Amino acid sequence: MNTAPSSPERQALLRFRRNRWAVAGLIFLLLATVLSVFVPWMLAIDPNQGSDSPFTAPDGRHWMGTDIHGRDLFSRVMIGTRISLMVGAVGAGVSLIIGVGWGLVAGWRGGRTDAWMMRSVDVLYALPTVVWVMLTLTLFETRCVGWLSERWPSSIPAFRLAAMMVSLGSVSWLTMARVVRAQVLSLRERPFILAAQSIGVPPVRLMLRHLLPNLVGVILVYLTLTVPAVVLYESFLSFLGLGIRPPQASLGSLIADGASQLNPVRVRWWLLVFPAGLMALLLAALNGVGEGLRSALEPREGDGD
Amino acid sequence: MKSWQARLALIPVLVWVVATLSFFLLRAVPGGPFDRERASASREVEAALKARYHWDEPLWRQYARYLGNVIRGDLGPSLKYRNHSVNDLLGQTVPVSLTLGAMAFGVAMGLGLPLGTLAALRKGGWADHAASLLTLVGVCVPVFVLGPLLILILGLGLGWLPVALWGSWKTAILPTLTLGIYFAARVARWMREGMLEVLKSPHVQAARAKGLSETAVILRHVVPVALVPVISYTGPMLADLLSGSFVVENLFQIPGTGAFFINSFFSRDYTMMMGMVLFYSVLLQVLNWMSDLLLRWVDPRIRS
Amino acid sequence: MGPWGAVRALGLALIAGAWFFAGCSQAERADLVLHNGPEPETIDPQILTGQADGRIASALFEGLTRFNPTNGKAMPGLASHWDISADGLTYTFYLRPDARWSTGEPMEADEVVWSWRRAVTPATAADYASQFFCVRNGRPIVNGEIRDTSRLGAEALDAHTVRVHLENPTPYFLELAASRVFFPIPRRAVEHLGDQWIRAEPLPCSGPYRLLGWRVNDRFRLARNPHYWDAAQVTAERIDILSGDNPSTALNLFLKGEVDLISDRKIIPGELGPELAQRPDFHRFDYLGQDFIRFNTTRKPFHDARVRRAVAMSLDRPRITARITRMGERPSAAVTPAGAGGYQPPPGVPWDPVSARRLLAEAGYPEGRGFPVVEYTFNVGSRIYEQTGVEIQAMLREHLGIRVELRPLEWKTYLAEMSALNYDFIRGSWVGDYDDPMTFLDCFLSDSGNNRTGWKEVRYDRLLQAAAAEVNPQRRLGILREAETLLVTEAVPVTGLYSHVGLYAADPRKIGGIWPNRMDEHPFFSMRRIRP
Repeated sequence: MNTAPSSPERQALLRFRRNRWAVAGLIFLLLATVLSVFVPWMLAIDPNQGSDSPFTAPDGRHWMGTDIHGRDLFSRVMIGTRISLMVGAVGAGVSLIIGVGWGLVAGWRGGRTDAWMMRSVDVLYALPTVVWVMLTLTLFETRCVGWLSERWPSSIPAFRLAAMMVSLGSVSWLTMARVVRAQVLSLRERPFILAAQSIGVPPVRLMLRHLLPNLVGVILVYLTLTVPAVVLYESFLSFLGLGIRPPQASLGSLIADGASQLNPVRVRWWLLVFPAGLMALLLAALNGVGEGLRSALEPREGDGD
Repeated sequence: MKSWQARLALIPVLVWVVATLSFFLLRAVPGGPFDRERASASREVEAALKARYHWDEPLWRQYARYLGNVIRGDLGPSLKYRNHSVNDLLGQTVPVSLTLGAMAFGVAMGLGLPLGTLAALRKGGWADHAASLLTLVGVCVPVFVLGPLLILILGLGLGWLPVALWGSWKTAILPTLTLGIYFAARVARWMREGMLEVLKSPHVQAARAKGLSETAVILRHVVPVALVPVISYTGPMLADLLSGSFVVENLFQIPGTGAFFINSFFSRDYTMMMGMVLFYSVLLQVLNWMSDLLLRWVDPRIRS
Repeated sequence: MGPWGAVRALGLALIAGAWFFAGCSQAERADLVLHNGPEPETIDPQILTGQADGRIASALFEGLTRFNPTNGKAMPGLASHWDISADGLTYTFYLRPDARWSTGEPMEADEVVWSWRRAVTPATAADYASQFFCVRNGRPIVNGEIRDTSRLGAEALDAHTVRVHLENPTPYFLELAASRVFFPIPRRAVEHLGDQWIRAEPLPCSGPYRLLGWRVNDRFRLARNPHYWDAAQVTAERIDILSGDNPSTALNLFLKGEVDLISDRKIIPGELGPELAQRPDFHRFDYLGQDFIRFNTTRKPFHDARVRRAVAMSLDRPRITARITRMGERPSAAVTPAGAGGYQPPPGVPWDPVSARRLLAEAGYPEGRGFPVVEYTFNVGSRIYEQTGVEIQAMLREHLGIRVELRPLEWKTYLAEMSALNYDFIRGSWVGDYDDPMTFLDCFLSDSGNNRTGWKEVRYDRLLQAAAAEVNPQRRLGILREAETLLVTEAVPVTGLYSHVGLYAADPRKIGGIWPNRMDEHPFFSMRRIRP
């Protein structure tokens, strides 16, 4: 055999491309992102504009019907998708930064530092996350908002959104930290690292230039697991009344509102079916991409077509 | 001292740290347990109420008093439910939640593990598709949508099952199913992952080469190793079970601890909140420690 | 441990569960099953404050008077009759000779007086002790100025007679005597168990039912009290009162027939209210409550009464009641609901966006220019509050050109911010303690803890004082109306939105002895199951 071996990255990409679900998922995600950004802007329908036709079923004018204020559900769902994706991405991003940083340092330093850092992770594991999130969100609302509203009053909703994303990210990094640490521990003994150390490469540079690239696979996989978890968590918070604030909407808050339509008296199905359906598709797509990434980066018997 | 013993001994320390953190953080949030829409009858009355619960003492003293009581096993009076102590409330509700949790766990395992195994073995077959469908439902549909849906269809529409309350085996079906499906999906996925991972390993090829029957290979060599990711997932899963149980208990009006979990924050019932945090952190720690132990027993390769 | 092992494990778990349940005795369905709403904080009649709490207490205990189930007015309870002096300041109650506790001991007048003295003692920490302010020395005792509770204006003339001396002629005193804080409590149990006397087993009860069992977040089990003086009228042997806080669940239970009566509107799904109200088994009624908006008069921009009036005049209240609440509430800019104690509230500020814009310009914000961004605060309890907020946002933007941000807060934070005057304008409501406008109007006295607007007006305080001292009922209502006009038309630290409408669920073919009334009192002695 004399074919030149292609690089591992190239091979991974090829494997990914062959996985139908993963590709479909990726396309859907890109489509959803693009549409949710551009469609409301193009159609120029204000998602917060009430009208005099509340609770109308889907028709030519309102493709997904209207809610109690007569607001067009389609544009709200588009905005909601945008915000949900943003919350998921940034939340996962925050957990990425904290988790990878934590795991890197703990795994690299080892010994005492490692022990303390991982014990803290254990402590945080033991603290029920819901309590933590409620605490931080309420503290932000009461302590920070007052201070912020004096300086930038019109950006308060943006700050709230940011606080929510940071808060969600801050409870999702634990598993990432553990996984990264385990990986670093095993990588640390590899010849190429030892060699770099012996020629005097400073630790920070080592971590960033040599360790990090090897962690990308694991990180990517956990990222695609974290994003759906964050999105669902936000949905749960909306259900409790702590999530995205009105008049902003996320898919999660739209679903939490729509859940009341599951009653035997009067079902306005469009208020639940559209947001929940879209969220289900998004999560399924995220999962598909995650699966695809995992099997692309760590091939197994029986994978591929 | 072996490391697993060390882990066990560490639990009280971790719980103490968690308790202290919670104690002080909770009080940083505005609003107190005695705030009501209607103002108190007089300052005297308000002061008397606060004095009764030692609210007028400096914080560090309240903390010391609380800690002293906890060591003696007294978690204090509930600040919201004035005629019950935290021990009372936990005593009444913990058995219910544990039962529900155990049954949901049983469903999750009993449904998820076989499905995940079959899906991996007969990749592309009906079991694989069934597992994918289950995964889709469990992962993409939030519990507070799945629950009312099941109630609407099975409880009201077809009328086969009770719509709420707790007390007979019939009432337990829907809540267990709601919570169980949510986790069965994840268990199935992890099991399938683990199985596929192991099936290609040289370990298994060797076993096959030895001439063992396929069943024996699977049961004795593949499954135990495949269980590793499932068992490591049980830790986070149990934590997740808590927030899921809140929704389910609220939806089906089940008198478990779930209701207190979140409502005690909303009512600033500090003692109840602390009691819950203590209880859950002990529970989580113990269960995590047990799953670590299980992991070690199942896969001797893991030692760290 | 393979997949089949897992199935075995599942089987074991389920069998264990089933065994656990078999252990729970499957009791027979009670004669009446009520859904009471959230678990009560306490059922001790002296310290309770919630409505759900009060309902349970009223099943187990009774006062000298009790509520008439058809109209919520007072009628004889533990006292069979009474005399009222001509000046309205002295009441003499005659206790029934056969009044006794469910444990058998007779109840006598000194126990009644002892109970009242305990209620006003600050150490008891009774939030509703303020109901005793109309009794002589009630206020100073509750405020701690007088330590000797025997100076309370109530005495036992003999074993069956209680005499009460009031500070002012109080036309609603008989209704007050029927309220929970005035219930006599069993002295022996309190001497035994102190503050936790309510956990006594058996609990001595004076009402139509006695307590069999209490399971938190599940139910109260009640049984008919044969020692109740009117036990002959009580037909239901067993009552189960469920506690839960999910309205959809309560509705499902009701529709399936497992719950006979839902007594609290909070436990009926708000979004379905209008649809449900059409059904014959759901009953809508005018309720003694009002929703309104408070303005923070201590900071800009609402420190200026012109701005407050402008905003109040731009609120399209009928639109809110037609689109959001949709239960046929009466839109109102006043703070008292119409008809409370025969009183007609003033109209409050009119709906007049043109004048509102003029006022706003006068105040220095022509067409809303320069007006700061303000926040409308509300609690996240019900979607209705959020939806109302969205409408208010739209209205103020349209009519005044001002920008409003929404600020949803969870309950305790909402209360804390409101008390700390840390808001711009905020949603509020009040439910009356007795059927008279005074219960609404005295919230806004300068020194009232319920004011929470920072508004202090001596003229208003004087008017209310004058009304309290006025004997003639018509003149009294006139003075109150004058005070309210000052409140909701001139100064406007608060502006009404609409009056509450209550809703309860009971199939009239199955349950009898319940009637809608403004006080939302459904006494247990008259409730009965209708046997076909």
